[in-house]
Amino acid sequence: MNAPAYNFAYLDEQTKRMIRRAILKAIAIPGYQVPFASREMPMPYGWGTGGVQVTAAILGPHDVLKVIDQGSDDTTNAVSIRKFFAKTAGVRTTTSTEEATVIQTRHRIPERPLKAGQVIVFQVPIPEPLRFLEPRETETRRLHALADYGLMQVKLYEDIARHGHIATTFAYPVRVDDRYVMDPSPTPKFDNPKMDNCPALQLFGAGREKRIYAIPPHTRVVSLDFEDHPFEPYRHDGTCALCGATDGYLDEVITDDRGGRMFVCSDTDYCETRRSAGSVVKAGATSEGGCA
Amino acid sequence: MYVAVKGGERAIENAHRLLAHERRGARDTPELTTEQISEQLALAVDRVMTEGSLYDRELAALAIKQARGDLIEAIFLLRAFRATLPRFGATLPLDTGAMQVRRRISATFKDLPGGQVLGPTFDYTHRLLEGAAGDPEPPATGDPAPVAMPRVTDLLQAEGLIEPAPADDPQAPVGDLTREPLAFPAERDVRLQNLARGDEGFLLALGYSTQRGYGRNHPFAGEIRLGEVEVEVFAEEAGFALPLGRLTVTECQMITQFKGSASAPPCFTRGYGLSFGHSERKAMSMALVDRALRARELDDEVKAPAQDEEFVLSHSDNVQATGFVEHLKLPHYVDFQAELGLVRRMRATAEVETAREGDTAAQEAAE
Repeated sequence: MNAPAYNFAYLDEQTKRMIRRAILKAIAIPGYQVPFASREMPMPYGWGTGGVQVTAAILGPHDVLKVIDQGSDDTTNAVSIRKFFAKTAGVRTTTSTEEATVIQTRHRIPERPLKAGQVIVFQVPIPEPLRFLEPRETETRRLHALADYGLMQVKLYEDIARHGHIATTFAYPVRVDDRYVMDPSPTPKFDNPKMDNCPALQLFGAGREKRIYAIPPHTRVVSLDFEDHPFEPYRHDGTCALCGATDGYLDEVITDDRGGRMFVCSDTDYCETRRSAGSVVKAGATSEGGCA
Repeated sequence: MYVAVKGGERAIENAHRLLAHERRGARDTPELTTEQISEQLALAVDRVMTEGSLYDRELAALAIKQARGDLIEAIFLLRAFRATLPRFGATLPLDTGAMQVRRRISATFKDLPGGQVLGPTFDYTHRLLEGAAGDPEPPATGDPAPVAMPRVTDLLQAEGLIEPAPADDPQAPVGDLTREPLAFPAERDVRLQNLARGDEGFLLALGYSTQRGYGRNHPFAGEIRLGEVEVEVFAEEAGFALPLGRLTVTECQMITQFKGSASAPPCFTRGYGLSFGHSERKAMSMALVDRALRARELDDEVKAPAQDEEFVLSHSDNVQATGFVEHLKLPHYVDFQAELGLVRRMRATAEVETAREGDTAAQEAAE
C-alpha cells in the first residue's frame, strides 16, 4: 500500500478550481447559494467541512490563517482545523485578527473590524434561511428565484405577535444587496451589523448541504425587520471580567454551584489585545472569584 | 485561570493518544491484522466498500481496524481517502448477465435456466451460537462446468412482460453526485448512486416500510445473484474495451406489479439494487427503495416517505448524517448565550405581566 501524498492544502487542483468557480459565481450574485460538488473531507460533516473546502481553495502559500470557533482560537475544533492547514498547506497561522489574511470562523465575527484584503470564511450548517419554514429544496429555490420572502416576513411577524419582539437570536436572516435573503450562519445577531458594508470579503461554505455563498466587500446587508419593530442588536448587561470590555459579545461562565457566574469576551484575541494594552479588571471585581 | 479557553491543543493530543491505546486493547491479546479482518470479517469489509464507494478490500480492512470496528467511521475514513483520488473516466456498464455466479436465487420461478444456486448464505441456518469447533470441513464441490445463467428479468423481457431495461447508451454522460451536487428532481442514475452509497440500515427501514403499506408496491425478488464480474474500460486510442480487473458484486432485481396506464398495458416494473461484495440485505433494500422512488415516473400516488425523493436522497448518507448529528458535541455556547438572554428576557416580561394581572385582580376584588 502506498502512503498517499496530498496536494497543497489537501484538495487536488481540479477540485480547487471547481470550488473557486463556485466562489466567483457566489461573489457575482451576492447572497445566492451556489451548489458545488462538496468533497468528503477528513473531518466530519457538520464540523466545518464547507468552510475548510473554501479555505483550502483560496489559501495561498503566503496567507496567514486564523481559525476561531465561538470566537476563540483555542476551542478544540478551531485548534484541529488550524493544525490541519498548518500540516497540509504549511501556511503561517495566527490568533491575531489584524494579522490574518484568511479567517475561518464558526459562530462569530471578530470584534476588531475587518479590513480590505481580508477574507472571512464562515462554516455553515444549514445554508437555506427558509429551510425551517419549508423543508423542500425544490420549493425554497423557487421562492428565492421569485424573491418571495413572505414566509419569512410572516414568521417574524408571528414572533412579534406572540412575544412582542422577534425571537430569533442567532442565524438571524439578512437581505443581501436588496435581493437575496441569506442565512448568516449561526452567528449571534449581535454580529449581523458587522456584515453590512464590510471591507473584507465574506465567504460562506456549507459542505454537507453543498452550497457556497458570498458577500462581496462593501455590500449592503440588512437584517430583516419591520418599520415599527426595527432590528435590535443584542446588548449585554455585563462587562468582561478579564478585560472590562462592554462592547463585545460575552460568554457566561458559571463559576460555582451557588449561582456564581461571570462574563468573559467570546473573542479571545480581542480580550487578550485589550489586556496586553493595559486594560485589566482587578480581581474581586467580578461576581465571584476564581479568575485572575 | 478558571475559564477553560486554553489547553485545547494538548487535550486533543492526549485524547488521540488515549484513543490509540484503547484501540489496541489489552496488550497481551495479539493485535488484529488487516488480513484477518478481510478474510474473517469479510461482510463488514463489503459493507464498508459499498457505502464508502471504493472497491479496495485492503484499505477497507485497514479502515475497520482504525475505526475499532465502527463501520460508519470506517466508511467515513474510506470516503475521505476516496475524495482525494483522481478520476480517469467511467467504465463500461458491468455485464452481470455474464457474472461468474457463486449464488443465484429467484423467488419468482421454481426452476430456471442455470438453476437455483444457494451458495454461501445465512439463509436456513439455525441462529444458535456455536463455540469454537476448529477448522470447518472443506466445502462440497459440484459440477465445475460453467452454465449460462440469464437474468430472470431478461427472460421476462423476452416475453414483453416486464418494462424494458433502460437502453445502454455509452455516449450518455454518467451522473456522479461526488462531482456534481445533488439536484432535484434527480435522474435515476444519480438516485441509484445515492442509494448504493446510502446507509444500509436507513434503506432497510425504508424498504421495510414499503412492505408494511407506506408506499406499498407488491415486490417479488425476481433474482438475487452474487459473483465476480469483469470491469472494462473503453480505450479511445486502442478502439476497444480493456479489462481492468474483477469485482465481486451482489445484484438484486425486484419485480413489481404495474397496473398499466393510458399509454402502457399492464406489465411488471423493476427495482434495482447493486452492492460491492456480498451485501444482500443492502441490495434488496436498495431495489425496494429504487422502485418506490420511481413513483412519479410510473404514476403511483406519492404519499409515503420511501417515495419522497428529497426526503430519501437527502438523508440516506450516513457519513453526512453522523457528522451533523455528532456536531452537536461541538461548543455552541455563543448561540446558547443568545438564547439564554432571550429566555431570561421573556421570563422577566412574563413575570411583570403576571404581577400586573395579580394587582388588577386584587384591585377588582377590593372594589
